[in-house]
Amino acid sequence: MVAVRKPKLAVWKFSSCDGCQLSLLDCEDELLAVADAVEIAYFLEATRAQVKGPYDVSLVEGSVTTPEDIRRIRKIRKQSKVLITIGACATAGGIQALRNFNRVYDFITAVYAEPDYIETLATSTPIQDHVPVDFELRGCPINKYQLLEVVNALLNGRRPVVPAHSQCVECKAHGTVCVMVSQGTPCLGPVTQAGCGNLCPSVNRACYGCFGPKEMPNTASLAGWFGDHGLGPPHVRDFFRSFNAGAEPFRRESEAHE
Amino acid sequence: MVEPDRKDPPIMAIDRDGLDALIQCLAHDGYQVIGPRVENSAVVLGPVAGVADLPKGWTDEQAGGHYRLVADGRGEDGALFGFTLAAQGWKRYLHPPRTRLWQAHREGRSWRVEAEDAAPRYAFLGVRACELSAIHVLDRVFDNGQFTDPGYAKRRGGTFIVAVNCGRAAATCFCASMATGPKAEAGFDLALTELSDSASARFVVEVGSRAGAAVLTGIPHGPATAADIAAAERAVANATAQMQRAAGGREMVDDAAGVLSRNVEHPQWDKVAARCLGCGNCTAVCPTCFCTSMEDTTDLSGDVAERWRRWDSCFTLDFSYIHGGSVRRATASRYRQWITHKLSYWHEQFGTSGCVGCGRCITWCPVGIDITEEARTLAESEGRT
Ligand code: SF4
Ligand code: SF4
Ligand code: SF4
Ligand code: SF4
Repeated sequence: MVAVRKPKLAVWKFSSCDGCQLSLLDCEDELLAVADAVEIAYFLEATRAQVKGPYDVSLVEGSVTTPEDIRRIRKIRKQSKVLITIGACATAGGIQALRNFNRVYDFITAVYAEPDYIETLATSTPIQDHVPVDFELRGCPINKYQLLEVVNALLNGRRPVVPAHSQCVECKAHGTVCVMVSQGTPCLGPVTQAGCGNLCPSVNRACYGCFGPKEMPNTASLAGWFGDHGLGPPHVRDFFRSFNAGAEPFRRESEAHE
Repeated sequence: MVEPDRKDPPIMAIDRDGLDALIQCLAHDGYQVIGPRVENSAVVLGPVAGVADLPKGWTDEQAGGHYRLVADGRGEDGALFGFTLAAQGWKRYLHPPRTRLWQAHREGRSWRVEAEDAAPRYAFLGVRACELSAIHVLDRVFDNGQFTDPGYAKRRGGTFIVAVNCGRAAATCFCASMATGPKAEAGFDLALTELSDSASARFVVEVGSRAGAAVLTGIPHGPATAADIAAAERAVANATAQMQRAAGGREMVDDAAGVLSRNVEHPQWDKVAARCLGCGNCTAVCPTCFCTSMEDTTDLSGDVAERWRRWDSCFTLDFSYIHGGSVRRATASRYRQWITHKLSYWHEQFGTSGCVGCGRCITWCPVGIDITEEARTLAESEGRT
């Protein structure tokens, strides 16, 4: 690419654990090439230097949990040509969306001596509930190769290769023996989007659903299988209620087993 | 692979040491020997260095959405090929899940394109009759006179095949009703039948090609006795009998191609769609499904581009994506595409069934959707009207 000027990249954090931003730092070998290809204008996890907006690309980690978050994400959206959300928090509300199924005030009073000092929303919601998002990168945390692929595709003006098919596709491509069929272990893979690199099944563990719902997931059929194989409703509910509890298909399925 | 020369096929016998010598001999001849081995909770295919790597004493229990390794309880005398099919088949080697087709490097204002052309030479040990049929189906897809996939042709052309006839059918097997097994009839270099009921653990060996005959001369072997040959025939007959529906076995309905083509609209499609996860496991484990997608990638600088080909499945939405969206959105239409292609219009496309009756799609479907039952339901509904 013949760059006229380097695109300005900003990385923003909302309610999150920083794990996804770390995936960017974890790119080690490729990080220098990224730093070479873009101007890192705002990335507090990596540098204190801050360049003012507007930004060509904003990567947004974390979910919206406070009134201030809403104001901030709107401002960021206005300053960003392309806005990409990264990780389960930003794309589905994250593990903290478990609060959506309970009364958040009960938590606050249980934890804080002076609950009145806490200003928080009743729910943890994904970024796209508040502003338009150009691309969503799934995962808890995201996969660094997928992140590089998205940055890369953007810089080269092509479509990112981030398929929305099931984790099972990854199992079969890796030659991983299905734990559900060969051991009867309940697995979320058939309703979960691929992308992690087959982390759990390749070490003989079932998929936890970190990458959220795949395209058109048939959660009811899978939940039926779980039930037929001895999982009681609370277990089935909890299966669908983790990092991507707030993703619509998982939320609906978990609520069907309350 | 050399053209078959079976005018007067001699029937030989080898023992376990002979089989070990066969593996060594193939490796010595420069083949990468791929065969069955136990990994985690299943028999899988992978590199084997000798008889010690084979799944001695293991058999399998298979049903819809269910696979368990089961010890045959015979200790040191345990069969080496007492299991039926490995979790995935030889397709992984002939038509790998991911292949880089080429790499391009920017050079000034143009590009230098480098095609991939390295092809390993495989020896496949333990190819079942249905799998051998599946390889012939793939041959028609990838190298059919009209069109040749160079990568496939190269990998396939160098492959040495040791078939192993089945002495036992799993509950998911139905090769007998597809006329693809349980005995390998042609297309192998050597074919073995394990005489697991004999204490001396012998294999009856049929020679299928000059290459097979040549390899056999290098290993200890002798003529098979009449008793050995009779025992081998009994083993295969046992597997055939186990697949008879009247005896509780599995069969594909008659005229499955016609049944599918007459029932493009049917309430059964919605019923199966309610269960189908759209996960794509069935197409991935099917030894004949060949569909792929292309992925184009670049490096960050944009100076190196690559084209990759990877397995795809008609169960993904991207598979039928054309301008404006996916043509087959509903799971019902995706399931129908799969089964109708396998059983019906494959005949028109390639002059054969796309299903060889291996039963893998039944076993490895997480929710046990059963291609033979779906076809039977449609057929029976015709009978009632
Ligand atoms: S282990 Fe899980 S993700 Fe992998 S094929 Fe089985 S069900 Fe699918
Ligand atoms: S359709 Fe199923 S039974 Fe037939 S060849 Fe494919 S995997 Fe085997
Ligand atoms: S059944 Fe589907 S994946 Fe298999 S060959 Fe046909 S279209 Fe391709
Ligand atoms: S038939 Fe079974 S294996 Fe195939 S896509 Fe549907 S659920 Fe998955």
